[in-house]
Amino acid sequence: MALVLVPEPPVADWLAGLDTQMQRSPAFFAGKPVVIDLTSLAAAPEVVAGLLEALAARGIRVVGIEGAEPAVSGYDLPPLLTGGRTVLEGIAPEGPAAPAPAEPPQDPPFLLLAAPVRSGQSVVFPRGDVTVVGSVGSGAEVVAGGSIHVYGTLRGRAVAGVSGNAQARIFCRRLEAELLAIDGLYRTADDIEPRLRGKATMAWLEGDSMRVAGLD
Amino acid sequence: MAKVLVVTSGKGGVGKTTSTAALGAALAQSGKTVVVVDFDVGLRNLDLVMGAERRVVFDLINVIQGDARLTQALIRDKRLDTLALLPASQTRDKDALTAEGVGKVIEELRGKFDWVICDSPAGIEKGATLAMHNADAAVVVTNPEVSSVRDSDRIIGMLDSKTARAARGERIEKHLLLTRYDPQRAQRGEMLKVEDVMEILSIPLLGIIPESEEVLRASNLGAPVTLNAPQSSAGRAYFDAARRLMGETVPQVMPGEKRGLMSKLFGRRVA
Repeated sequence: MALVLVPEPPVADWLAGLDTQMQRSPAFFAGKPVVIDLTSLAAAPEVVAGLLEALAARGIRVVGIEGAEPAVSGYDLPPLLTGGRTVLEGIAPEGPAAPAPAEPPQDPPFLLLAAPVRSGQSVVFPRGDVTVVGSVGSGAEVVAGGSIHVYGTLRGRAVAGVSGNAQARIFCRRLEAELLAIDGLYRTADDIEPRLRGKATMAWLEGDSMRVAGLD
Repeated sequence: MAKVLVVTSGKGGVGKTTSTAALGAALAQSGKTVVVVDFDVGLRNLDLVMGAERRVVFDLINVIQGDARLTQALIRDKRLDTLALLPASQTRDKDALTAEGVGKVIEELRGKFDWVICDSPAGIEKGATLAMHNADAAVVVTNPEVSSVRDSDRIIGMLDSKTARAARGERIEKHLLLTRYDPQRAQRGEMLKVEDVMEILSIPLLGIIPESEEVLRASNLGAPVTLNAPQSSAGRAYFDAARRLMGETVPQVMPGEKRGLMSKLFGRRVA
C-alpha cells in the first residue's frame, strides 16, 4: 500500500500547499512509499524531473509514477505504474456493487516482432517483454520493461528491465551482443566470456551482479 | 506493368552504379524497355559508366523544376535502343530534389518503360531516401566485409520503414547482390563468406558478382560489363541476376566453384 499524491497545476502553488500540510504533521510522509499521480498535470518530462527533485528535497520517497505519458519514463525516474486502485478502509458500502466501469481495451503487455531488428533501429517497449523472431543487428537496440527474447542472433544491444524490474532476463539463440543490460546493470562485449559467443545464452541478475550462462 | 527498382547500399564504393548499368543493360538486352535514373545529384557517375557523359543536355533536376520535359532529358543508348538514361545534375546538390517532383517523374517513367532502375547515392540522407521512396523492389549491393554488411542492414531497415510501400503497409521486395566477391580470399577468412552475409542480412540472394578486371575495364570504357564483356564471369553473373529479377529460377554459380553448389542457399528465404 502506498500513499498517492496528485499534483495539480501550477506546480509551485501545489508544492506550497504541500509544505503547509507538512508543517502541521511533519512525520506524515516519513518512511512511507509514495506514488505520484500525474493524470491532472499532463506534464513534460522536464517538469516531472523538477517535481521529483522538489519532493526528494522534502524527504518524500517516490516509488512510482501513475497516469504519465510513456515519454516521461526514463532511466533515472521511478517506474510508471498503471491500474493502481484506491484502497477503501473500513466497511464496504452495502447494497449491490456498482457495475465495474468498462475497462478501456489494453494493448497486450508484450511486443512481438516477426522481422529482424535492423542496424540503426531502436525498439523501446517500457511496458513489458519483447520477443524478436529474427536477429537484432549490429548497431540496433531493443529496450524492454520486462525480458527480451531473441530467436536469432543478438548482435546489437539488449536493455531489459528498464522500468526497474530486476527479475527481467535476456535470452538469445546466438550471443554476439555489443551490450547486455538489466535494470541498470550492464555488461559490454568485452566483459562477456568468449566461450559464450555464438551460443544460446541467458542473462539475469543475481543480487548486484549480472550472470551470463549458456542455455544448453 | 512497370517495375521501379532501387539499387542501394548505404556504403559508398561497393558497386551501386556499376550494378545499375550492368543490370539495366542486361534487362534491356532481353527486349524489355529500361531507364536507369541517376539520383546522385552533385556527384553523378552513371553517365560516365554508360558512356553518355558528352550527351547530357538536361537532367533530373531540370525535369523536376519544370525547365525541361522528360523526353528532352532522356538519353537513348547508342548500342541498345531499349535502354535509356536520365542523368543527375552535376552542378546542384541533393536539396534540389523534392519528394513531390521525384514522385511525378517516376510516375511518368512508369508509363514509358518496363523497368525504372534508380541508382541511389551512398548514405542515408535525402538523396538515398528519395531514390528508394517510390520503389517496388530493391537491390541491396553489399561487399563481403563487415562495414558494408552493417550499412546494408541499416538500409534494409529503412526500406522497410521509409518507402511509400512501407507507408501503405505493403512489402517491398528486397534482393541481395553480393559484389566484389573473391572466393580465394573468402576461403582464407579475409572476407566474409556468402553464408555469413546471408545469415546477417536474411534477404534472398540475387547473385554473386566475382571481383573482376572486366568490371573496372568496362567502367573506364563507358560501357556496362553486360555489353562490353558479356561472356566474362562478372558479365554472366549480372545476366543471371537480371533473369532472376524477371522471375526466372537460375541456379547460382559460386565463383570459382562448380555449378549448382550454391543452389541450396536459395532454399533459405527469410524476411
